[in-house]
Amino acid sequence: AVVSTQSGHYGRGKDEGTTVSPKKHTMQPIVTGTSVLGIRTKEGVVIAADTLGSYGSLARFRDIQRLMKVNDSTIIGGFGDYADFQFLMKLLRQQTIDDEVVGDGVYRDAPAIHNWLRCVLYNRRTKFNPLWNTIVVAGKNYGGEPYLGYVDKIGVAFEEKTVATGFGSYIALPMMRKAMDENPDMGVEEAKAVLKRCLRVLFYRDCRSLNRFQIGVVSAGETSISEPMSADTDWSIGANPSGYE
Amino acid sequence: FRSKQWYQRRVAITAGGTGYDFSAGQFSPDGRVFQVEYAQKAVENSGSVIAVRGSDGVVFGVEKIITSQLYEQGNNRRVQSVDDHIGGAVAGMLSDARAIVARAREEATDYRDVYQVPIPLKMLCERLGHYVHLYTVYGGLRPFGVSILLGSWDELNGAKLMEIDPSGSARGYYGCAVGKGKQNAKTEIEKLDMTKLTCRELIKEVAKIIYSVHDEVKDKHFELELSWIGKDTGGKHQIVPKDLYDEAVKYAEEALNDSDDEDNVM
Repeated sequence: AVVSTQSGHYGRGKDEGTTVSPKKHTMQPIVTGTSVLGIRTKEGVVIAADTLGSYGSLARFRDIQRLMKVNDSTIIGGFGDYADFQFLMKLLRQQTIDDEVVGDGVYRDAPAIHNWLRCVLYNRRTKFNPLWNTIVVAGKNYGGEPYLGYVDKIGVAFEEKTVATGFGSYIALPMMRKAMDENPDMGVEEAKAVLKRCLRVLFYRDCRSLNRFQIGVVSAGETSISEPMSADTDWSIGANPSGYE
Repeated sequence: FRSKQWYQRRVAITAGGTGYDFSAGQFSPDGRVFQVEYAQKAVENSGSVIAVRGSDGVVFGVEKIITSQLYEQGNNRRVQSVDDHIGGAVAGMLSDARAIVARAREEATDYRDVYQVPIPLKMLCERLGHYVHLYTVYGGLRPFGVSILLGSWDELNGAKLMEIDPSGSARGYYGCAVGKGKQNAKTEIEKLDMTKLTCRELIKEVAKIIYSVHDEVKDKHFELELSWIGKDTGGKHQIVPKDLYDEAVKYAEEALNDSDDEDNVM
């Protein structure tokens, strides 16, 4: 729904009646998702996110889907306010249905969906009523070439080989970039392994993360999101911490 | 001055009408709304459309009469999807049909927006029936000259098939036929044991029925449109894939040749 930003005066005369102050907009996210990671390889694009919806510092909803398959060409991952992400998922779901009923095989590819998200998010930020999300768009274009995009709540949008949101951009992105630099021709399976490594480190270091995640793949053969899985962790280093006494 | 009725009746007498058929807002003395009946005529004069509810889905078949060889094949589709889980086949005026399908899609979108689940077929037919009926009670509007057959399938509720006719009444069916060859098609459908046949088998039977009710003399060229929705499509409405379509057409043509041979023998 569109929220009016105009202030209004109720009441009859100009001396009586209450002044309605300008409507305030959501300026804080409530239930949030943490990092989303993406790697684009020559074979296809791999995207990953954990299944946690945090309520501030409380790990409240531990089985939510932060990856969504939009259509056969695109998977998106949502970071930030989960209600806003659900709103975007609802709009995208309806768009996909509207494309399908025409029955001519025409669909929106990943760059088209990325651009649509950019338009929506930038417009909302301009109205001072942002959708508090960062979205990773993983997919392929009409030519079948892999595509990986990033768009955030202030409307910043770009396309890259490796993207990450939130904590992931500090911790995982350097790891992903290093892996890509060392092995530019990596395939989908190798990319999955890199993401699993990053997700493990994120579980160690990001206090709002969960060791339960899903990995999505968009390649020539498949567009799918995996069942939730976990990484093996080794906390033995935590037995004898020093400097925290 | 003479009354409006007087003039109307004079026109009616010369034009051959009955004088109570000028608007949908009028009843005739014997309790009929002629405008609605005339709308139903529009449906009766269109190419046949049949739909059959099988054990695991619904199959639609349309006899799309081609009036010009210049038309691109596959255009002016008479089977349409409403949302992704409901299929519809239309008979009657194609432009009216598009308006109804557009409204059905809006209703489905609205339901999904509010309830976050795909609209059940019964709910859609209630809403759509109400909408079509709306056009049969006002003098300023004309009824839709369209009958639409709607079908869906899901794991929980199985296959469902309903028809909405120009009067706005929505009825559930196991097998339904509208259009030119309605009578013959209904006879053929009644011979089928639908509840025991799967969609794959029904595709062939539906093709056979359309081919057999098609009048070669009056309407030379026609295109058979086949679509289905059921277990084999995962509950999504789809045009029947080429290989199954070709198989069905072959079956229909062979059945036609066989019956022609029989006629010759007799």
